[in-house]
Amino acid sequence: MIAVRDTRDRSAFVKLFDHFAPRLKGFVMRSGVSSHQAEEIVQDVMLTIWRRASTFDPHRAQVSAWIYQIARNRQIDIARKENRPMPEELKEEPGSASDASQILGVEQESVYLKQALAKLAPEQREMIEKAYLGELTHQEISAQTGLALGTVKSRIRLGLERLKHELKDLKP
Amino acid sequence: MRVITHHTPDAMLAAYAAGNLPYAFAVVVASHVSLCEQCRAALEAHQMIGGVVLEETGAVGVSAALKDDILAQLDAPFTPEPVFERTGAYPGPVMEALKGRPIRWKTLGMGVRQDILSADRNGSVRLLYIPPGQAVPDHGHNGVELTLVLQGSFQDETGRFGVGDLEVADEALEHTPIAVEGEACICLAATDGSLKFRALMPRLLQPIFRI
Ligand SMILES: [Zn+2]
Repeated sequence: MIAVRDTRDRSAFVKLFDHFAPRLKGFVMRSGVSSHQAEEIVQDVMLTIWRRASTFDPHRAQVSAWIYQIARNRQIDIARKENRPMPEELKEEPGSASDASQILGVEQESVYLKQALAKLAPEQREMIEKAYLGELTHQEISAQTGLALGTVKSRIRLGLERLKHELKDLKP
Repeated sequence: MRVITHHTPDAMLAAYAAGNLPYAFAVVVASHVSLCEQCRAALEAHQMIGGVVLEETGAVGVSAALKDDILAQLDAPFTPEPVFERTGAYPGPVMEALKGRPIRWKTLGMGVRQDILSADRNGSVRLLYIPPGQAVPDHGHNGVELTLVLQGSFQDETGRFGVGDLEVADEALEHTPIAVEGEACICLAATDGSLKFRALMPRLLQPIFRI
């Protein structure tokens, strides 16, 4: 993704396509659209990824998290013919260097997160999936996934805390 | 910058990430996240969970032509999405909802003014201007109501809300928000029910000394 962003590397984009396009198609089809419609949305999302690559920041997001948000927004924008309101982009301070430990932290968080999701009871996991596929209202999310969501999110925080400790241990 | 003490509820951030909030609420949540580091980080956590769900949803084979179609379009000219910058007290998502037009305040009485950014059967979102010391008009919300302070502050039975604070009120909450003396209070307010204005005028004419 960094190669796509910084050098407009087409072969890197092809790799990204090979990994994400089938997953995006499966993801989009979960909401009941046909294979043909799903591919139209995948095409739109992949082109959006290419065009908005400059807004990807590995300090703040995993590639899959960034693509997830684009996919949900595009899917809804296309269905409802409107633009989802997005927060302002964070402006990078001029001259700020890339922080490897922060990028590693984001990577680590997602590992812990996957573990936490894998440990959930099947019906809890299904609820989480439904929530992030846009099948639950905010009231339903709060009533039905509250506990599971709390567990999963606490793993993210825990992950960062643990990483801080590990880094501290490494310091001389 | 002041510390924001009233935040977006977690379930609402999850629904926002999933694109499943009504438009009116999404404008308010996007505006709050623009002002609030803590909720931005929480939203990123939700996006990360969404990313894992995306990664682990079963892949479905794509047609051979899809990749070629996409690669052929990489160099095609396209119009980038306009970026709406924060302008004064108004965060980017409010500027976007204004679609480039200036704010057009309409008087509601007692110095209170509003500008409706969007209203349909799924909800409405508006800017409210309340002079210092004035009560926020009761527009009889029959669902959830979100109020984000953009300038000044207001106070009600549940506490004090300053710039960046988000109040979430359901129909059970009987409250009388009053703009704090000093600066006029400007809020971004959204409801997920239909508009209810009947109660507005009589209520505004009542003297309110409840705090
Ligand atoms: Zn917040």
